[in-house]
Amino acid sequence: MKFNSTRVRRTIGAIGIVAAAALVVSGCSVTGASTASGEKGSGTGTINALFMKQAGYSEANIDEMITKFEAANPKIKVKPTFVAYEALHDKIVTSAPAGTYDVVHMDVIWPAEFASKGLITNVTKDFPASWKTKMLGGALSSAEYKGQYYGVPWGPSTKLFFFNKTMLAKVGATADDVKTWAGVLTVAKKLKAAGVVKYPLSWSWNQAEALICDYAVMLGSFGGSFTDSSGKLDVNNAAGVEALTWMKKTIDDGLTDPASLTFLEDDTDKSMASGKTAMELNWESTLRDQNDPKISKVVGQIAVSAPPAGPTGLNPGVNGSMALAIPSKSKHQAAAWKFIEFITSEAEQDKYAVSSMTNWKNSYTKTDITKTNPQVFAAAGVAYDSMISRPAVANYNSVSQILQVEIQNALLGKKTPQQAMDDAVKAANAAS
Amino acid sequence: MTVASAKQTTGSSPTPVKRRKRFDRQGRMAFWLLLPAGVAVFGVIIYPMFRTLLVSLFQVNSALATVTPFVGLGNYEHVLASPDFWASMGRTLYFTLVSTALELVLGLAVAGLLNAKLKARWLFRTIVVIPWALPTIVNAAMWKGIFNAQYGSLNALLSQLGIIKDYQVWLGDPTLALNMVIIADVWKTVPLVAFFLLAGLTSIPTELYEAAQLDRASWPRIFRSVVLPMLVPSISIVLVLRTVEAFKVFDIIYAMTRGGPINGTETVAYYAYQTAFSDQNFGVGSALSYIIVVVILALSAVYLRLLRRSDMSLL
Repeated sequence: MKFNSTRVRRTIGAIGIVAAAALVVSGCSVTGASTASGEKGSGTGTINALFMKQAGYSEANIDEMITKFEAANPKIKVKPTFVAYEALHDKIVTSAPAGTYDVVHMDVIWPAEFASKGLITNVTKDFPASWKTKMLGGALSSAEYKGQYYGVPWGPSTKLFFFNKTMLAKVGATADDVKTWAGVLTVAKKLKAAGVVKYPLSWSWNQAEALICDYAVMLGSFGGSFTDSSGKLDVNNAAGVEALTWMKKTIDDGLTDPASLTFLEDDTDKSMASGKTAMELNWESTLRDQNDPKISKVVGQIAVSAPPAGPTGLNPGVNGSMALAIPSKSKHQAAAWKFIEFITSEAEQDKYAVSSMTNWKNSYTKTDITKTNPQVFAAAGVAYDSMISRPAVANYNSVSQILQVEIQNALLGKKTPQQAMDDAVKAANAAS
Repeated sequence: MTVASAKQTTGSSPTPVKRRKRFDRQGRMAFWLLLPAGVAVFGVIIYPMFRTLLVSLFQVNSALATVTPFVGLGNYEHVLASPDFWASMGRTLYFTLVSTALELVLGLAVAGLLNAKLKARWLFRTIVVIPWALPTIVNAAMWKGIFNAQYGSLNALLSQLGIIKDYQVWLGDPTLALNMVIIADVWKTVPLVAFFLLAGLTSIPTELYEAAQLDRASWPRIFRSVVLPMLVPSISIVLVLRTVEAFKVFDIIYAMTRGGPINGTETVAYYAYQTAFSDQNFGVGSALSYIIVVVILALSAVYLRLLRRSDMSLL
């Protein structure tokens, strides 16, 4: 009996110690987060930067930029980390409480979430007013939330239309024949019939954000948008359903590679580079990869244009711009800002125009810059004129996941496009 | 009392004090030696468990949330009412049952082969362990390549053998994709199961086989009446270990399919991860984690109870 009561007392004691210790460590907040924000710092020291390793600037490009920055700012060292786009969001979230990173690469769909939840720093005070007029509007939206700036745009981006002109020539088609989606289908049917390629089209329709980007382009070309005037998702309207029906039909007609449902942008890129795809939507840096003889069998065969127009005559590109932000728990915010200022500068972005387009309107008028990547500059110039945006809501990730599942339900024939979109709208609006 | 014993008694009086001193010294030493381990256990197990439990009772919508309303068991109610949770639970159960069953059957076959008196048996044993030695993430990347719809070796093999005409998109259909992930998991884990069972097999005395043979027992009979009962301890350990592991499956899903297509490979652990880190719904994510723990505890308890009935069980 004595033994039992001792044991009970010990157990209660242990639980008490654990609870007390947990509360002490947590500083009395459930999450362990304190209200204390990060620090400006002395403007020197080592800063950790988190980048995406996918489209746009390559790892080698960024390493070069860092070397130049460190030479100009000998008291600051930059330690970069590269992750796949698919891992970027969660990495920013999980590293937020510890303030691991001083600079993070942020997608255009995240400012609402990160800013409203206090994960990134408001830099409106440091953001020169002149930038707002000197930078492209689509790029600016990647760092803006409710009229405040939470980062600096680092390259506007949109999905362009890439096609293998050598393959098209085999069926007597030219760039003019693929200026509309109807034209694309006609050419695709000819390519398939002539046996030039088994599946003329491939897309990044994996259950991922990439699918939403492709759907956005189709939705825009059918004259639709994601939300109604009150900000509620309404893709179950006519345009939203027609766009999805069109996508599904390309699978049924054997024009779209069924593997597209497992593809991300890198996979469609590889598929085109290996000569298995004649036409695809992808980010600007695709042309760089297609013309790299180390990874491509189709060097010199690929041409690029703005996305083809839909039945409405519209051809908006999806806004896929990115920005660099400073996490709110960073202890080197001054040094981080210096680094961001440097790599987003017009001079620096101009040097890497082959990898990523620049924020700066002025760059598009410089012939020595545009001639470094003439095809993409020409196509992107048209595409940036009108861009379709994905909903700027704080719970974007949940909305996107609901849409991904329902779009795939329609593409795999598990639901009709109308049913899938009705279900998506119902679930997304219930979640918000 | 004899003189000798009296001497002993008087002489032994300071001994307990000395012993206690030595014990105290040893105790202190033990305390300091155990402290690092204790801190580590507290830091990486007890504290996170307590914090997760705490978070699961609050509404926490940001990694940096400071305003967190108390919702009691609201998060648990929310999870249990969610059809997505039950769907992911169903998939996890399927994954667990099928992968564990396959691993057990194949593991037993491999263990039997490795136990056979072959030349260079050590070589086979070394080769078989390789899949288990691979990190899961590497294994997943490899199988993703094998299943690739355009250049995967599975498509190449099957089409060259004339089994399929067109290349298949192995990871493009929800049910098929889940089964394909199971294959990848089974390939990696069979060696572990095989080695557990091999340990059991080698401990079966040869006399038992000889006796059975003298009784003119056939091989299936020997397997059923000698091998299997003697293997029950090993099988019980493997079953518990693998069920728990399979139920928590996360990394192979993350690397191969990220839960797609149509959430077809979204297991409950992946669902918890998505909820907590992608949706930043940490309260619900924590509740989900605790529900997973409860289910695993229940499963383990059932197993242990069933297996304890057997006299041969170690557990």
